[in-house]
Amino acid sequence: MNTASHALDHHDGHHPTGLLRWLTTTNHKDIGTMYLTFSLLMFFVGGAMILGVRAELFQPGLQLMKPEFFNQLIGVHALVMIFAALMPAATGFANWMIPLMIGAPDMALPRLNNWGFWLLPPAALLLTMPFFLALFGIGDGAVATGWTLYAPLSVQGGIGVDFAIFSIHILGISSIMGSINIIATILNMRAPGMTLMKMPLFCWGWLVTAVLLIITLPVLAGGVTMLLTDRHFGTHFFNAAGGGDPILFQHLFWFFGHPEVYILLLPVWGLMPHVLSTFTRKPVYGHDAQVYSFIAIGVLGLIVWAHHFLTSGLPIPALLYFMYSTMSISLPLAVLFFCWIATMWRGAMSFETPMLFALGFIVLFGIAGLTGLVLADVAADAQYHHSYFVVAHFHYALFAGGIMGVMTGVYYWLPKWTGHMYSEKLGKLHFWLTVISFNFTFMPQFFLGLAGMPRRIPDYALQFAEFNAISTVGAFALGLSQLIFAYNVWRCVKGGDKATDRVWEGTAGLEWELSSPPPHHSWETQPVIKTS
Amino acid sequence: MSPTAPRSQARLLAALGLPFVSGSALADFTWNFPKPVTPIGRDTLSMHNQFMVIITVLFVVVFAIMVYSMINHRKSVGAEPARFSGPRGALQWFWVLVPFAILLFIDFVLMGIPAFHAVIDMEDTRTKADMVLKVTGMQWKWQYEYPDSGIKYISTLATPREQIEGKEAKGEHYLLEVDNPVVLPVGKKVRILLTSTDVIHTWWVPQFGVKRDAIPGFLRETWVRIEEPGIYRGQCAELCGKDHGFMPVVVKAVPEAEYVAWVDKKKTELAAAAASGDRTWTRDELMAHGKETYDKICAACHQPTGQGLPPAFPALAGSKIVNGPLLSPDGKLIPDSHVDRVMNGKAGTAMQAFKTTLSDADIASVITYERNSFGNTKGDMIQPAQIKALR
Repeated sequence: MNTASHALDHHDGHHPTGLLRWLTTTNHKDIGTMYLTFSLLMFFVGGAMILGVRAELFQPGLQLMKPEFFNQLIGVHALVMIFAALMPAATGFANWMIPLMIGAPDMALPRLNNWGFWLLPPAALLLTMPFFLALFGIGDGAVATGWTLYAPLSVQGGIGVDFAIFSIHILGISSIMGSINIIATILNMRAPGMTLMKMPLFCWGWLVTAVLLIITLPVLAGGVTMLLTDRHFGTHFFNAAGGGDPILFQHLFWFFGHPEVYILLLPVWGLMPHVLSTFTRKPVYGHDAQVYSFIAIGVLGLIVWAHHFLTSGLPIPALLYFMYSTMSISLPLAVLFFCWIATMWRGAMSFETPMLFALGFIVLFGIAGLTGLVLADVAADAQYHHSYFVVAHFHYALFAGGIMGVMTGVYYWLPKWTGHMYSEKLGKLHFWLTVISFNFTFMPQFFLGLAGMPRRIPDYALQFAEFNAISTVGAFALGLSQLIFAYNVWRCVKGGDKATDRVWEGTAGLEWELSSPPPHHSWETQPVIKTS
Repeated sequence: MSPTAPRSQARLLAALGLPFVSGSALADFTWNFPKPVTPIGRDTLSMHNQFMVIITVLFVVVFAIMVYSMINHRKSVGAEPARFSGPRGALQWFWVLVPFAILLFIDFVLMGIPAFHAVIDMEDTRTKADMVLKVTGMQWKWQYEYPDSGIKYISTLATPREQIEGKEAKGEHYLLEVDNPVVLPVGKKVRILLTSTDVIHTWWVPQFGVKRDAIPGFLRETWVRIEEPGIYRGQCAELCGKDHGFMPVVVKAVPEAEYVAWVDKKKTELAAAAASGDRTWTRDELMAHGKETYDKICAACHQPTGQGLPPAFPALAGSKIVNGPLLSPDGKLIPDSHVDRVMNGKAGTAMQAFKTTLSDADIASVITYERNSFGNTKGDMIQPAQIKALR
């Protein structure tokens, strides 16, 4: 294997500096950094919104805000967290790591890459602008329909809905560009000898994600465009009086929305085996089985969407089909869990921060998976559906699964990116505070849902008071704990102990053969993978 | 019918080590579903308890293995890493495949079979149905209709504004109380038809195990057979706009005889109300009844002060429409006039066609009230008989 190591950025010498560097950069590492920074910023924006919601829910009664504003916060929180925090974080990882892992000098389409990123800030601005416009008396605030934008509520809504629709269009274009770039890079720029089945699992997770994005985002874009024409141009796609059907919107939305869950999780599933293998000092167990599971989950994810609206009165054959197809996702998912634990089995484990986050991820994401299995059951779902049980379930999937997965990756790769070690002490503190306050926040919500509390209500009956109070306290602790994370990252970017090229004792893969931080152009000479 | 035998078994398992999934061990309303009172509700709870036991066992077994590994396969206790990366040999393949066989069995037999029967049961809305109840969701209240006896009325939140805003102590049934509950007979199979006049709502009573969307322009159905008399409370479960959290469902289940008596009483009341629409009302009567109707039906959006919440909910005070002409000189409806708006609503907004839900007297008095309140001084009035003629 060819080890390229470049001590210095020795290039052309006419890179713009300052703001212009970031505006014009086509370098995959710069763009990756921008994606990750943007994601961290929006994570706090989305988090602040939901702390407002949790503060209102601390006690029964309306204390802090009107229901209209409450409805805006919950919907925009979800859109921000999904589209502006989690997805850009995963894309940031892809930008940074895929070229390093497959031995490429950069992404295949660097200018598209720049454009893809710079579409995000305007999209986020569009999404949140109605909040500020309302302060000046223009419109009645941001989209207040929840992130699902169900018609006819969204047909009725104010200008916030239009802003959200255009924001989704732009975010969608950005994601499709990112996906095209990732697919082109993976298929064309792998080092000689790296066959697809030898490719690292992180790249595989992202390859499936990118394909899912390209299949499903146009459907969402079509759905919201139909909504736009229903709102302003007199069409009746979702209006029964004109021959339309409100449930059609739910089909279109969830044909995107369910794969979206896997879009958020596949990059994290791809990352897990790398981390587990590093900190167990043992090869990944079942590499090929995990690849096939990714593909199986991607395919199954495309054909189970209607389990998101099982109470809408679907016919019996459809109910049975969506129930059993949803249950069958547990099989490839179990393969992943099996492989993760088998990777740990008889290893030599050590518990640095990334490993702690990976283990926390596995356990808490396990709860998401198991509750997902019971949610698939149509009759029981009639009780869980639209209740806090579902809210708890998908936060175990998307916070414990998505966000903690992203944090695993950040701690794991940060020394490689910056050339410095982060503070292990702060990292561990961050982990324990996050895990404990996360469970304080969301575990009570399972019981709230079982007791009959619907989601998306600004005020509630008295029997729900205790659990809501606990959940709010947990949420504030969870939110504040993330400041430790931001500080730790900041500190690490500024300086700290030098990181070695391999960073961790048990690392394997091309990305660890470059210097920390890697040179400006990652692999100027392609490494050759020996066939073993 | 779903099997009922596994229920006791599940409860036993639950009581052994898992107090948090057992409905009976601790307070019912806190840790698990509230006590079910319909066959579907009981099936759902027993299935839920069974599933919780299954997934808890899966969780404990899987993570016990992981924790064992974390304790024993640590670098700090001198573990040497193995080099394997996949199953080798028949025995290892056997151990790899066994968990999947177990999972297949759990998914499609242990959970899949009872779930199948429960679905079939839940969707069987028509066989031997004794009566029909039609539920119409609207922002933000429910309308109940008994097609057999012609009874039809609206049910809205009864919790006073002061309790919500924290100016008064909250009552026992805070947010789960209504002015007119649905009354249903115990022991009868009630086929429930659902629809909506504006956006999607969801009718949910946790103790019935029933939750179904009410979709504008379509009919959906479900059924209940309530086994015990009592008052059962639920809520709208689909985000339906600003007062989504304030449209409770309250069902009063009574013995057959009491139900029959209630139907007779309600019919008499409604007949009296309809008859009152034929006589001429005085201005004071219209204003008094108008205020009552306005506060109940209109104030959620247009506000008790008539100031509205613009731009979504326009002000009525000083409104061009409210202060416009009442009817054309020959007594016909003027398009987009005040009367037209109240009767026929405005498409694409929360303003619905109230002619389908309010009586002639309600509409006439609310229009009169709006034209002579909040600083509006039109001075005119409209009679219930005129509304009747416009229908």
